[in-house]
Amino acid sequence: MLNIPCPYCGLRNETEFHYGAEAGVGYPDPNTLSDSEWAKYLHIRANPKGWLPERWVHFAGCGRWFNLWRNTVTHEIGPAYLPFTTQPKAPDPDSNRDRMEGAKA
Amino acid sequence: MTHTKDTLSPGAIGRRRAATLPEQPPQLWKSVKPKKAYDVVIVGGGGHGLATAYYLAKNHGLSNIAVIEKGWLAGGNTARNTTIIRSNYLWDESGAIYEHSLKLWETLEEDLGYEMFFSQRGVLTLAHSVSDLRSKRRNFYANALNGIDSEWLTPEEVKKLVPIINISPDVRYPVLGATYQPRGGIAKHDWVAWGYAKAASDLGVDIIQGTEVTGFDIRNNKVEGVHTSQGSIAAGKVGLVAAGHSSILANLAGFSIPIQSRPLQALVSPLLEQVLDTVVMSGAVHVYVSQAHKGELVMGAGTDAFNSYAQRGGFHVIEHQLASALELFPIFSRAQVLRTWGGIVDIAPDASPIIGLTPVENLFINTGWGTGGFKATPGSGWVMAHTIANGTPHELNKPFALERFVTGHLIDEHGAAGVAH
Repeated sequence: MLNIPCPYCGLRNETEFHYGAEAGVGYPDPNTLSDSEWAKYLHIRANPKGWLPERWVHFAGCGRWFNLWRNTVTHEIGPAYLPFTTQPKAPDPDSNRDRMEGAKA
Repeated sequence: MTHTKDTLSPGAIGRRRAATLPEQPPQLWKSVKPKKAYDVVIVGGGGHGLATAYYLAKNHGLSNIAVIEKGWLAGGNTARNTTIIRSNYLWDESGAIYEHSLKLWETLEEDLGYEMFFSQRGVLTLAHSVSDLRSKRRNFYANALNGIDSEWLTPEEVKKLVPIINISPDVRYPVLGATYQPRGGIAKHDWVAWGYAKAASDLGVDIIQGTEVTGFDIRNNKVEGVHTSQGSIAAGKVGLVAAGHSSILANLAGFSIPIQSRPLQALVSPLLEQVLDTVVMSGAVHVYVSQAHKGELVMGAGTDAFNSYAQRGGFHVIEHQLASALELFPIFSRAQVLRTWGGIVDIAPDASPIIGLTPVENLFINTGWGTGGFKATPGSGWVMAHTIANGTPHELNKPFALERFVTGHLIDEHGAAGVAH
């Protein structure tokens, strides 16, 4: 089970959260889009092997949405950040591993 | 003092044992080095990729075909699923393709000349709430209209079929009824892959394991080959049949697909006496279980909530699944979990597969089987082979084109299939 750092409540178990897939997908003006652009907005989300910025909601806690860097191969957790704030850079895998080791100790 | 086995060196014990063991069976398929060029390259050596290669050779007379597999043959979802086979889907498009697949299953052992323990022991799908009941009834009528065998069972009839099931009305998720597909069942999944591999190899298909596709040779929007960890291979046509890794391959070829990759877990118990001769599924409480020929209970859990390529999932997902299973089958409380594992499934927005052409000429894709691709192995390979050989989709996979996400003609199987797909 993942331990997820809610920016409002701190580190909590994964079962307190719901997943919201790729973060930072803006809502476009449907009137200005072609059918295929609209389809892309509706259905295409990033699915990388590695670091992914994604949305989570702490439904069993504060009930608020936030964004989080997470690695889809190692399940390492990166920095959490609030929507509409500057996105931190994708974590360097090695430094993040050290940080997680430290967090466990 | 007499010599006992214990005084022999480990090497001598090994040699003595080897002398008494049956001979290793001959290799089922030829090990080959990749040639410089093929008419068709299939990327992905799971059941669907192998079936595609087999039907390309058998139905369409092609033989200069390679199946390229990053890991080992059938090391992905093909041998990680819970082996359930059925065709009782809701929509006409799904019913048609899954039923075609089920018909192929019924003669597959004879066709491939390979035993795969295909057993039509029947599949029960339980309903636990009023809305669940309505949707299962709807599914039952839809199947009847499509000529797919389906029966409606009351809780008492369910109990008669599966005596170990708990049909008490006072549990959290009581059994209110069920659909039953008598022709559904299970098969031994690794043998299915081996059967297809052997039959394809016998028809001249090259099966190349341990070779990763790292890119595509695309000129004027037309694919002309693949780059692999063993060098470049020219190809007239390329088929992507890579399940959870489809997004990665599509991105390498320069286009995006609406797929999210998630872990899906399963587990087995130790070998037990036979207590369950029907496949029991419940989408509402996330239980699907059968008992394999050897005696282990094979159970599937739900997908983890998040995207992952790690081939493992969270234990709380297993715990949740087992809690539901124990309510349904109190007798299982004495069983133990022997082993759990995960596979990475390719989930499309409408929980239906994507089979057909891509924005790149001569590059074809077969993905999105999500949590339920095993049952479709023969049918999927059949229509994919047709699509590659003719450059146009088969009648059965026309509705499953990538374009449906633009036209809006989705084939929403979430309701009918749930997680136990």
